[in-house]
Amino acid sequence: MNSNFHWRPVLRALPDLIQAAFVTLEVAALSMLIGVVLGLALAMARDFTAPAAAPARWLAVAWVALARNTPALFQLYFFGFGLGAWGINMSPLAIVLAGLSFNNAGYLAETFRGGFRAVPAAQMRAALSLGMTRMQAMTRIVVPQVLRAVWHPLTNQMVWAVLMSSLGMLVGLHELAGETQAQASRTFRIFEYFAVAAVIYYVVVKLLVLGARLMAWRLFRGWSPA
Amino acid sequence: MIQIENLHKKFGALEVLRGIDLAVNKGEVLSIIGASGSGKSTLLYCINGLEPISEGRVLVDGVDVHARGTDLNRLRQRLGMVFQQWNSFPHLTVLENVALAPRIVRGLPRAKAEEVARRQLEHVGLGDKLAQYPAALSGGQQQRLAIARALAMEPEYMLFDEATSALDPELVGEVLDTMRMLAAEGMTMICVTHEMGFAREVSDRVAFFHQGRIEEIGRPEEMFGKPRSPKLKRFLAKVL
Amino acid sequence: MSNTVTYFTGFRGADLLFLAEAAWGTLKLSALSIAVGTALGVGLGWMLAELRATRPILVPLLDVFRSVPLIIQLVLFFNFVPMIGLGLSPFAAGCVVLSAYAAALVAQVARAGIESVGRPLRRAARSLGMSYGQAMRHVVLPMGLRTVFPAWVGIVLGVMKDSSLVSVLGYVELLRASQILITRTQEALFVLGVAGAFYFLLSWPVSWWAARHEKRWQQ
Repeated sequence: MNSNFHWRPVLRALPDLIQAAFVTLEVAALSMLIGVVLGLALAMARDFTAPAAAPARWLAVAWVALARNTPALFQLYFFGFGLGAWGINMSPLAIVLAGLSFNNAGYLAETFRGGFRAVPAAQMRAALSLGMTRMQAMTRIVVPQVLRAVWHPLTNQMVWAVLMSSLGMLVGLHELAGETQAQASRTFRIFEYFAVAAVIYYVVVKLLVLGARLMAWRLFRGWSPA
Repeated sequence: MIQIENLHKKFGALEVLRGIDLAVNKGEVLSIIGASGSGKSTLLYCINGLEPISEGRVLVDGVDVHARGTDLNRLRQRLGMVFQQWNSFPHLTVLENVALAPRIVRGLPRAKAEEVARRQLEHVGLGDKLAQYPAALSGGQQQRLAIARALAMEPEYMLFDEATSALDPELVGEVLDTMRMLAAEGMTMICVTHEMGFAREVSDRVAFFHQGRIEEIGRPEEMFGKPRSPKLKRFLAKVL
Repeated sequence: MSNTVTYFTGFRGADLLFLAEAAWGTLKLSALSIAVGTALGVGLGWMLAELRATRPILVPLLDVFRSVPLIIQLVLFFNFVPMIGLGLSPFAAGCVVLSAYAAALVAQVARAGIESVGRPLRRAARSLGMSYGQAMRHVVLPMGLRTVFPAWVGIVLGVMKDSSLVSVLGYVELLRASQILITRTQEALFVLGVAGAFYFLLSWPVSWWAARHEKRWQQ
């Protein structure tokens, strides 16, 4: 059966694939960064109680529901074809970034809500009783504890972003999956190319998880159990 | 001096404090006793502005706590508070727990803030735990950490909100000893407490709260020796 | 679909039927994969929880499914099958990959569920004279799987959404059908809106049913 496989062309393309893996990482990291900022905003908007803030609250509720209840590919198509209908034509990179950021923000909004609920209100009170301002209490006391509570889901979401970025292949972005497809279709060694891509994805994901664990160990060791 | 005049506090329809008048002088130790839900803890939160009030006034050294424009952050530096659930900051070491507020609130340089923190921690007997995280401490040690944390702001007054209620019985003693030491040093203290022994022995005055009012107030030997109010008599019969 | 394919025609009633058929395809694909994946996954989860010796092999193996994009898994498998002289339709290939993927996710959850039933309770069951198999079937599995039910529902909804990726193999499920319609009608927003509504219609009953069951079990 070995004679069926031809690995040489894939190995020649390996530098290109590895370069594409960096595109994958960049897209995932950038979409996470945007997702974190938007997710925080959505998490806060969902807890607005003022009647005047109702539109913001409803926007947040709809965003989270859409992001969580439709496929990521659907969201990508929306930014691709959907906005195209309004005459907004985005580059493949912009489509993937927008789609992934939209998805990340929807999931992270729920993560952050949980994270803030995990820190007892008494921590804020204790900080205030020492004369700290609300801002100081937030940044010095509450946020570090939220960060710990959301660290694991945040890592998961980053892994998700890496995996989801492979959808770039379907809208013409040359991240790892897209580059693999482009190379494979030139040589017709589809299986071999995608097998190598699978290995690269696996390594990237493992390195990310390992890195996140190491950072968690450095940041949170000694803290009380959650 | 802390002056409380006609203080009312409502949570929705529930009136927790129903007209409190009280003055606590510099250097005085006041213990507040009474059944749970009688409004004792709420009073402390109203004194340092953690809870808004419904009616009346609270003056700390002449500053109206609940007046518009009062700088609460500045005021709270004069009022140290120790909570029932000690509320140590789990992400900071023992030393950082105490040094943080002096650094960012009082604006001391890091070295100076840590020196203050170290001194206070040694004072409460935690000088050998500086690099530990709170998770590694017992409840009693965490409560002493909370006391050191409040003292590091060099407050004029200390408010204790049932500081020993959440502790295992064998750990209560070390915290009460620390509070006794503070009282002996002349700290002005308001202690909401269930420890009648402590109230009797350490306080200059004891106030008995009943359903949001001060039912009886006086020197400990009068309060415990010959209580006048039948409600206080009944309360003491139950807890002693 | 007897329409003659002309470009740039408006959205017609028949197109809605076309989308509904495709949604049925999504439903079939997901339901089958979830059924197979759950059965397989509970078995694997039991092995992980009870047969420690299987862990060094199973844990890294199942991890692969969660560390490689599903789209890559689909392309790989679809192109591998002919290499060993077999032929599979896109639907069948999609089913196999989605089932394996679901099984890997369910295994982890089922393991956590089984391990959540503590030793004292198992001992109590055994002390009543139950055999290992009886205790597992009547006590440990029902209790353990109940605690991880919400996580399982999450997997169900996830697999349903991920089934959209089988479109890369050429299977016309909901999203692929929308794409075809968009190309023809040029009414992207409307078609995507309808497709999105279908996804909601597929996932909401599941969420609703799950929430109801959870409430009932909590009592």
